Amino acid sequence: MSNINRRLRSEKIAKILMQISGISITGSLFLIIGIILYKGLPYISWEMISQSPQGGFYIGKGGGIFNAILGSLYLAGLSTVLATIVGIPIALYLNMYVKKGSFLEKSSKLLFDVLFGIPSIVYGAIAFSIMVWLGIRASLLGGVITITLLTIPIVVRTLDELLKTIPIDLKNVTKSLGATTWETAKVLLKYIKPGIFTAILLAFGRAIGDVAGVLLTTGFSDNLPKYIDEPAATLPLAIFFQLSSPIPEVQGRAYASALVLTLIILIIVICTHILASKQKKHKI
Amino acid sequence: MKLRLLKDSIAKNLSRSLLIISLSVVVLIIIGLALKASPLLDSVNLFSILTEKVWSPQKGNFGFLPFIMGTLWVTFISLIISVPLCILAATYLVEYASDRLRKSVLPLMNVLAAIPPVLYGVWGVLFVVPLISEWIAPIFNVSTTGYSVLAGGIVLAVMIFPIMISIMVEVLKTIPNELKAASLSLGATKWETIQKVVLRKAKPGIIAAIVLAVSRAFGETVAVLMVCGNIPKVPQSLFDAGYPIPALIANNFGEMMSIPLYDAALMFAALLLFVIIFGFNLISRIILNRLEEHA
Repeated sequence: MSNINRRLRSEKIAKILMQISGISITGSLFLIIGIILYKGLPYISWEMISQSPQGGFYIGKGGGIFNAILGSLYLAGLSTVLATIVGIPIALYLNMYVKKGSFLEKSSKLLFDVLFGIPSIVYGAIAFSIMVWLGIRASLLGGVITITLLTIPIVVRTLDELLKTIPIDLKNVTKSLGATTWETAKVLLKYIKPGIFTAILLAFGRAIGDVAGVLLTTGFSDNLPKYIDEPAATLPLAIFFQLSSPIPEVQGRAYASALVLTLIILIIVICTHILASKQKKHKI
Repeated sequence: MKLRLLKDSIAKNLSRSLLIISLSVVVLIIIGLALKASPLLDSVNLFSILTEKVWSPQKGNFGFLPFIMGTLWVTFISLIISVPLCILAATYLVEYASDRLRKSVLPLMNVLAAIPPVLYGVWGVLFVVPLISEWIAPIFNVSTTGYSVLAGGIVLAVMIFPIMISIMVEVLKTIPNELKAASLSLGATKWETIQKVVLRKAKPGIIAAIVLAVSRAFGETVAVLMVCGNIPKVPQSLFDAGYPIPALIANNFGEMMSIPLYDAALMFAALLLFVIIFGFNLISRIILNRLEEHA
């Protein structure tokens, strides 16, 4: 027992190390947001977010990034809608119609997990070459298709996790009243309603922030997006382009655009959090 | 009644076909990439593509070694930084922290996970790059612009924090209390129990989390591209610029059309990424699923 002091001391050191790592990891989040706020705030203005680029925008003259904000919202909105339309039936099918523990169920879920990890640049590359092959130029439509593929796994996996938490009794009661599987599924959907919005928001957040997939497929344009077969600007890409400019004003706009994107993401995260806690309380 | 059954079977068949279509995307991607990459593989053999150092598409030299090494450098640096930090922090959250602390830290990790890559890139350019050129490099008597594999590694490390922490926390939670209690009752301190029982038992899960993070790091494109310098040479030190594979694809897609085999080479790069990441993901997901079933 003579070395008990040494052992306790090493426990203390380990604990301090753990606290330091915890603080540095959480600190990195505040560092990122703090730096973007600090750099972006001096440049943000109403003109920035309400106007499209005007002549000489990229050498520091007037205009704003409204085209990119709108483009991003269109792109993320459309692809999230598509991904939800495709994703909800798939998640329901895997949980309601397929036998639990069957090969189909397990392998599909595994595959969606894996698809979730595939980087967007790969989706972008394949979509780009398909578009070249079909003779479609870079456009909002190309971006929407790419980002939809990217977000389907998110919707499916999130909903699947939710559907798993539904008490089996609810399913059995509904079925014993004579409901078909499809009618039962509708009841379950009502049960996980806040969770569905969580999944949608997660997909939206991923869609609005993605660059690599959009870079190759959506192109860039100074005009407000009007038609789906035309190139459209997106916010992350606007940040990326402006930041690589040597002119300080343009770089400043990149910081301001980054601030706008950060705010959008933070709003999404906060809504997700609220909805998730609502799901916990939400019972029929 | 018939109508209701009809509706049911329509819903069933519709959702089944959606499932099949969306899963066949995987097959489609593989076939598409392989077809597009095949001209390169026909004219140069695989081994020399992977080991050649010279990248000059105009002269027909497609050596991928600089890019492979660039990717390995940044991934390796990010792991050196993030693995110990994440293991320590996750252990603290599960074993020591109060419920309240845990419940306030884990949502913050979700925020970190939700930040888009381009914002990490902006942060890298504004903070990490100057930090390296003005503070870290002078310590080693090196002069650099800061755009280096080290910068890429640091940015990536922060990007993979959330995925590692959240999976490690889940894994550590599955360790049965009886095991810990047995060790504690034999007189081991808490830290000794963590070292010799908890972490040992959690090893497969922790490895799975790391593999998952590695595959995330491999595929990360824009954030790394913004801070890495992008010079197609094999990096020799922490402060050299690097050129990871995803950055290669992103930077050159527009201009590849006019040069023969260039598009095949970029498609080969995408195929390489896809195969590696697919494999890594598959392995770690299988490990994690198995752990979940046993828990």
